[in-house]
Amino acid sequence: MSPKASALGTSLPHESGHLHVSGEARYVDDLPPPRGMLVAQALTSNVAHGFIRRLDVRRARVLPGVHAVLTAEDIPGHNDISPFARDEELLASSEVHCIGQSIALVVAESLELCRAGLARIEIDIEPLPAILSIEAARAAGSFLSNEHVIERGHLETAFAGAKLRLEGTVETGGQDHFYLETHASLVTPLEDRSFLVQSSTQHPSEVQAKVAEVLGLSSSAVVVECPRMGGGFGGKETQAANFAALAALGAHHTRRPVKVWLNRDQDMICTGKRHPFWSRFRAGFEADGRITALEVETYSDGGFSADLSKPVLDRALFHLDNAYFIPNLRFSGRVVRTHQPSNTAFRGFGGPQGMFVVEHVLNLAAERLGLDSAEIRERNFYGPAPRNLTPYGQEVTENRLARIHSELLESAEYRARQASIAAHNQSHRWKKRGLAFQPVKFGISFTNAMLNQAGALVNIFIDGSVQVNHGGTEMGQGLHTKMRVIAAHELGLPLSRIRLMTTATDKIPNTSATAASSGADLNGQAVRQACVTLRERLKEVACGLLEIPETERAGVIFEDGQVRHPASKMTVDFSALTVRAHRDQVSLSATGYYRTPNIHYDEAQGRGHPFHYFAYGGAVIEVEVNGFTGEHRLRRVDVLHDVGDSLVPSVDRGQIEGGFIQGLGWLTSEELVVAESGELRTHSPDTYKIPALGEAPPDFFVHLLERAPQPDVVHGSKAVGEPPFMLAIGVITALRQAILAYGSGAAELSLEIPATPEAVLRAIESRREPR
Amino acid sequence: MGYTAAMKELSFILNGHEVKERNVAPTTTLLQYLRQHLQLTGTKEGCAEGDCGACTVAVLDPHGEDGPTYRAINACLVLLPMMQGQTIVTVEGLKTGDQLHPVQQKLIEAFGSQCGYCTPGVVMSLFEACYRKDLDAEWKVDDQLCGNLCRCTGYRPIRESARSLAGRCPNDRFLEDLRQAESSERSVHYESEGELYLAPESFDALFDHLDTHPDVRLVAGGTDLSLEITKRFVRPKKLLSLEAIEALSEHRVEGDTWVVGAGVTLSRLERPAPKYAPALARMLRFFAARQIKNRATIGGNLCTASPIGDLAPVLLMLDAEFVLRSRAGERIVPSAEFFLSYRKTALRKKEIMSAVRIPILTAHAEHRLSAYKVSKRQELDISAVSAGLRVELEHGKVKRARFAFGGLAATPARASRLEAAVTGQPWTEASLEKALPALEQDYKPIDDHRGSAWYRMTIAKRLVLGFLLETESEPSPEHAYRPTGTVDPEASR
Ligand SMILES: Cc1cc2nc3c(=O)[nH]c(=O)nc-3n(C[C@H](O)[C@H](O)[C@H](O)COP(=O)(O)OP(=O)(O)OC[C@H]3O[C@@H](n4cnc5c(N)ncnc54)[C@H](O)[C@@H]3O)c2cc1C
Ligand code: FES
Ligand code: FES
Repeated sequence: MSPKASALGTSLPHESGHLHVSGEARYVDDLPPPRGMLVAQALTSNVAHGFIRRLDVRRARVLPGVHAVLTAEDIPGHNDISPFARDEELLASSEVHCIGQSIALVVAESLELCRAGLARIEIDIEPLPAILSIEAARAAGSFLSNEHVIERGHLETAFAGAKLRLEGTVETGGQDHFYLETHASLVTPLEDRSFLVQSSTQHPSEVQAKVAEVLGLSSSAVVVECPRMGGGFGGKETQAANFAALAALGAHHTRRPVKVWLNRDQDMICTGKRHPFWSRFRAGFEADGRITALEVETYSDGGFSADLSKPVLDRALFHLDNAYFIPNLRFSGRVVRTHQPSNTAFRGFGGPQGMFVVEHVLNLAAERLGLDSAEIRERNFYGPAPRNLTPYGQEVTENRLARIHSELLESAEYRARQASIAAHNQSHRWKKRGLAFQPVKFGISFTNAMLNQAGALVNIFIDGSVQVNHGGTEMGQGLHTKMRVIAAHELGLPLSRIRLMTTATDKIPNTSATAASSGADLNGQAVRQACVTLRERLKEVACGLLEIPETERAGVIFEDGQVRHPASKMTVDFSALTVRAHRDQVSLSATGYYRTPNIHYDEAQGRGHPFHYFAYGGAVIEVEVNGFTGEHRLRRVDVLHDVGDSLVPSVDRGQIEGGFIQGLGWLTSEELVVAESGELRTHSPDTYKIPALGEAPPDFFVHLLERAPQPDVVHGSKAVGEPPFMLAIGVITALRQAILAYGSGAAELSLEIPATPEAVLRAIESRREPR
Repeated sequence: MGYTAAMKELSFILNGHEVKERNVAPTTTLLQYLRQHLQLTGTKEGCAEGDCGACTVAVLDPHGEDGPTYRAINACLVLLPMMQGQTIVTVEGLKTGDQLHPVQQKLIEAFGSQCGYCTPGVVMSLFEACYRKDLDAEWKVDDQLCGNLCRCTGYRPIRESARSLAGRCPNDRFLEDLRQAESSERSVHYESEGELYLAPESFDALFDHLDTHPDVRLVAGGTDLSLEITKRFVRPKKLLSLEAIEALSEHRVEGDTWVVGAGVTLSRLERPAPKYAPALARMLRFFAARQIKNRATIGGNLCTASPIGDLAPVLLMLDAEFVLRSRAGERIVPSAEFFLSYRKTALRKKEIMSAVRIPILTAHAEHRLSAYKVSKRQELDISAVSAGLRVELEHGKVKRARFAFGGLAATPARASRLEAAVTGQPWTEASLEKALPALEQDYKPIDDHRGSAWYRMTIAKRLVLGFLLETESEPSPEHAYRPTGTVDPEASR
């Protein structure tokens, strides 16, 4: 068997797979403790809103083994860790805004001593009225943003002419990221007032900036490294800065390495989550199920500070249309401020919350009009002009919705199964099934144009081995695996010659967060460019070795670790080339840089081009619902997803499957129960239930759309991190189908989210007993 | 025989090396010990409460049902002295030289790791699966892995790996270790950092300790007690373990009674249960996860007297009896008289539960029984409601009913009013519907994050109906698959 010329497009194990399975992969908390390392724990607020009347840490400071007890007064620089709004203190100075907010930091020789120290801190917080729901915040006029409005057409005329008019409200809840690795940061003081920060973060550059700011240093005094993360999902985009800054503050004062690591309860109590949304809608439809008008007024719960809430809300508005052309519309949204931990990025970034609204509206319409879920959705798809304009005026290009719809319905045997499910439901009194089709269209890019840039640094060594650095972080999404393939492809090397390096701000500066599904798009282009630069340099050297004129350099081929040219009989090993290059004084190091062109948006107008392109996907989902208890399960899921020309199909498939199951958790089992005091009741896996293995459908068929290269993206590929999450919205549609099969009670089926067994049983009961 | 006060040192085998330890506090968990003392950081902490599986390691059990076997356990919930005399394998111990173990290799090839944080634990659960000989149904393979949460993969590759590996162990050094396995010294008398841990081998020694240390806390598998240490940071000064008393971990049949030692672990019960108490077997399907069941004991489940303990309703329904033992001897308490009030039992000071006596009932058309558990998630979750239900019929009417529930009151308890309401009545849907409101007299359930009072009461009623329907054709239903929901009268896949 001849070696394959390039690994591009083949399924590969995770770049660190062999380290994961052997326990050798190191995460921040696994790093060998540097000499003299201390640990730190924060005293956190136990009231949702209050005024700190007294804070006395003296008794804690004198405890043997406690090295420092720090408060807001001990912060040498700025007491702020917000990404941009300047509204989030590292240590609360006078007012606390949520349970779990840090007030003081105990640095000691062990966690146990930290706890003993914490117990000795005397604190008196005067409770103030707390706002704990979107409703209460709206009533109190408590907002974190102005209203963002996107409008077009003639809403009222369209409503007036509609055959079916719907009105209602819809709510989706929060979601804890539940990355398996909780937040962790280790900060080591180096020489000359500089610091090394090893942090489990999706955004090393922001951690660097915030640590520098808190310590009153310039960014050049701080190096941030992220070895890898045990999951991020958005939860470590802005919020890692908090814990890195705490550790840095401790290291600054004690002059010793300090680690801050959160246990699961602390992580769940103290950090922000997916934004809960509440929306009111009005919709108008034609008799055939085509939507003619949609008005949505939506509010998200931002928690106590801005964090990324505004861009999350924006993305929700940009996805209220999902895959559908809506001629007349008004979408408006606003972030409310409550006394909860500041909600933050989470896979989909508002997209799921926005999409859920329109999917809910379509479900209601389909149920009223007697249309099937696939039918009503297909009728509303974006199509050729004029049905190709999004509410914000960007054209829907490379539209693959119709193709996905027809290929998927066929491969999933949708029609045949629909019939057999109907028959099953007829003959089973206590076990009903439902089938649904769910399309997704998701915009790719940071909607803030500036963030769409990335850098890479590729170093080739004299022996021909290669180190690749790029600005992205590895959190399991397979970014390093993809970057390695791209580098190997460009340099014609086997994967074994390419090593991916720890993400570090001294290698690649001023990076954006690894987020918005854009990690591979942006960093991939940068890595590619750096490799191309090196390859072009090496071609010149190759001409000498291959004994061909330099004018022939364009024809030099890099393949399988060898270099050759059609005009030469010789082949030379890549390492011979690098030895020669070094001797010829040719640099073997190059940087790469990429920025996405043409991203802009004008919020005042509600018009622009916020996305580089759209990713598409579809799912057919079958559920079964137990009529005694409301328990339910997925029976089969078929997904057809558009990832362009996949860089690494195994990685993309993993993102699709994992995203889907995470969406399933959000919608069916993950419940953040908050007490009247604002206290989170479900702060560990004992009570907060993410899907376990049994929730995965026994039949889970995932296919990547074939022959679908995406123009202007690295090797025709497409982003895949977030879009599949939203395919799971169809689970709710399928559940509704099954519940409807139980009876014809109340006129409109109401099903709460998350659709836990209890919520489903409530819905079933409401069907059974007509009121 | 007493104990040797000289035993001041713990010894066990870790990844093939003998470890002796005398300096760490006995309340140190194995996970803390591995990560902080030995710098073996492959084993992860995801929750410190047995709910995520990231900390899974394997121990060698010389007394498995099919001979010596490996058992996956949660390192976050075992205290170091519990490892006395054990052979432990962690994820770091699987490679032979540079050669990965087949479970590691398979998981890589199946693309079964993404962020990799759950992976060491998954690997160790797969490791147990690989050497198990009894994973003969898909739902059992799923059950083997349900204690390992993964937030990244969506599980498909993990499930696929498990199915291809289950029972297919290579002829390797681990198998050789199984062949060579012998029982080892499990008794412990260990003191460090002012904390005492005792594990005597005989009842006499046990009661001596109870006399000497009236303030000692009893512990069996520790899956419940350890949570105080790992979640509430309490460090009991004195612990008295029942683990080394062999008699407690035996079970046998005495006439028409199955006598189960209080120290028998739940995974050990899974094999005989379908024969002697199929309803118990059915409950065990929905009980915690493999790692917990490999440590948790039946006695611990009953003595902790949780209102949501899952075994109590089944045993109440079966009219089981509990054998309580003290220096003075044994007394037998009917299960219905054991749970007194919230977390209070009939156990006296210096008394332990030594066995559970379970009547072996033969189910038939006139004698139907089953068990149910409803929770938010069907795997590894605490009940909203659990139930053990049984009826004896005569000419189509109920002669005797035993309906016991967990999750509806401060203790697991029988529904005496509903029992009375159905007794003497026809066992039909229509007649049951009339009787069911009596359940509202039996219990006043509460609202909490596991379920509202409405939900609890509603499903409790529905379960009785489901039981009626389910047992019409099958007097003691045992599905060959995992149904959607705990009750499935319309059996099919
Ligand atoms: C992740 C997780 C999931 C769980 N899932 C379930 C579940 O699904 N259903 C359920 O019912 N429970 C569940 N539990 C609770 C617990 O695991 C069980 O109750 C288990 O059976 C306890 O047994 P143990 O031997 O580990 O008890 P231990 O922790 O050793 O002891 C518990 C208590 O009982 C006392 N005790 C133990 N044995 C005796 C004895 N022989 N005589 C007198 N006193 C004794 C101890 O002093 C202690 O107070 C779960 C626990 C965890 C951590
Ligand atoms: S750490 Fe989660 S089960 Fe042990
Ligand atoms: S691979 Fe990330 S949690 Fe399983």
